[in-house]
Amino acid sequence: MIGFLIQRILQALLVVVAMSVIVFLGVYAIGNPIDVMIDPASDQALREALIHRYGLDLPLYQQYFVFMNNMLHGDLGESFIYRLPVLGLIFSRFPATLELALTAVLIATCLGIPLGLWAGYKPDALSSKAIMAFSVLGFSVPTFWVGLLLIMTFAVELGWLPSGGRGPTTEFLGMNLSITSLEGLSYIILPALNLALFKLGLLIRLTRAGTVEVMSSDYVRFARAQGLSEGKVVGLHVLKNISIPIVTVFGLELGSTLAFAVVTETVFNWPGMGKLIIDSITVLDRPVMVAYLILVVFMFVLINLVVDLIYGQLDPRIRVKASS
Amino acid sequence: MSAPVETRWSRLSNFWSDFRQSPVAVAALVVIVSVVLMAVLAPLVAPQDPYNQETLDLFDARLEPGEIGSGGYVHWLGTDAAGRDVYSAILYGLRTSLIVGVLAGTFALVLGAVVGLLAAYYGGRVEALIMRVIDLQLSLPAILLALVLVAMLGQGLPQLVAALVAAQYAYFARTTHGAASAERRKDYIEAALSTPIPARQVLFRHLLPNALPPLIVVATVQVANSIALEATLSFLGLGLPITQPSLGSLISNGFQFLLSGRYWISIYPGIALMLTVVAINLVGDQVRNVLNPRRSR
Repeated sequence: MIGFLIQRILQALLVVVAMSVIVFLGVYAIGNPIDVMIDPASDQALREALIHRYGLDLPLYQQYFVFMNNMLHGDLGESFIYRLPVLGLIFSRFPATLELALTAVLIATCLGIPLGLWAGYKPDALSSKAIMAFSVLGFSVPTFWVGLLLIMTFAVELGWLPSGGRGPTTEFLGMNLSITSLEGLSYIILPALNLALFKLGLLIRLTRAGTVEVMSSDYVRFARAQGLSEGKVVGLHVLKNISIPIVTVFGLELGSTLAFAVVTETVFNWPGMGKLIIDSITVLDRPVMVAYLILVVFMFVLINLVVDLIYGQLDPRIRVKASS
Repeated sequence: MSAPVETRWSRLSNFWSDFRQSPVAVAALVVIVSVVLMAVLAPLVAPQDPYNQETLDLFDARLEPGEIGSGGYVHWLGTDAAGRDVYSAILYGLRTSLIVGVLAGTFALVLGAVVGLLAAYYGGRVEALIMRVIDLQLSLPAILLALVLVAMLGQGLPQLVAALVAAQYAYFARTTHGAASAERRKDYIEAALSTPIPARQVLFRHLLPNALPPLIVVATVQVANSIALEATLSFLGLGLPITQPSLGSLISNGFQFLLSGRYWISIYPGIALMLTVVAINLVGDQVRNVLNPRRSR
């Protein structure tokens, strides 16, 4: 187990380093940030001074080493636009994105697993067909478009919920959150629903596919022959056996929820990390772009690692294979 | 009695008779064909060339659906803030969206198929390295990769297509590799490789056609994904500019008017987008069902 763990951590580190090189080179290949920062009419001396100050006159590999060295000391640079340390800037937006993503995942799980179980338990029922049609819509219709429909229906036509923004936040565990107050909740419902839809479609399909397969297996037949109630058969035997693929895919999807929040946050004007990165790309705020991307990759690698470990816990067969 | 010889033609007609078992899929196919026709014939069908500034009149701005503008014809879907006929804009927007989707899908297919085939053919270290990179890429969401690439390459059609290809070829590579490495071990490939036929020919004439069915399924779905992804990027303001609009930029263009109740500027292009993407997905689903060898016949 320890060997497996070390191997996975080394792999993860390698990925982060490789991605940091790619992101650094990629982002730094775009234009000259000095042109964005200063007035085009300002004189050459000021230009040179700024270029020197940001170390942009060094060869690219040296810039990379300076950057990595600073990063390991927790310094990811300063935003060209906000004139604030990037790390602080991103983290100040983090609670908004986190609560949005977690609410979305919660919605998707609470709806997706029961719906998928039902669709797999009674595959020929009309209700199951309706659920499956809904799931196809869920992951084929672009997120931003569903967001627009939600705004138009619930905010413009019905006037039930606010159309965007985050509303009032209350402080909880040192973070400013919306979900902790009733009014804040009304602001998070639409964006969270929007973000949940894709996962919901995916989760329904995954759960259904697993259930259909497991329902025809011997141990379900024996469990029934044993006289167990249908509720116990499904809740105990079926759910347990379909949980592995669901946990895996869902763990991986948690990361993509954070990535997809970019779209939802833009539609609903939600002041999270996603909105920050889109704004940064449009104004070429390189330090924010680089830091955001490296953090996201890091998060992804971390999530993959955790999923791998949970996977091993859920299914002893994998642990055995890995250690042999 | 001898078994009927399976020709290309009979395979195709078998495929079609299986395919039309699902009325939904047939309806979706009809939608796709009409969408493509409308996009191709846009200059003939559209009442207005929405991007010719001379035909635009600001007096026609923000007309509601059904109103008659200064051109003397009915704007069935209304007009936008610059006085463009929304219906005409959708037809032209569909063109751009479909071109981007098909180009990105095709290039991604070719690149992915070649990478996947090479990995399956060489095996060993080369295979391990290639598939490691592919897996890594697949673990990152396509939208994120596309976002980075568009930010790096800048705006414009070729840049956008390049970003979409880079974000999506990995799906094709994975699928081709899976199918091809299963075929690679079969006797007919070993036999073909032992003849003096060049390996390249074995790869593309014998291995590729047999690895094709799953690739076709992925291709249909990926065209839909490319269209959706492009629309998303354009909506975020990172895709195509409004002078060369796709459905995504049209929707984005109308977004600011949504809250004031002028829904038609972004809702109708959105419906066109949704119809196209869902129809392609439904057809892809049915193609997968038909081509699935595990399906009972």
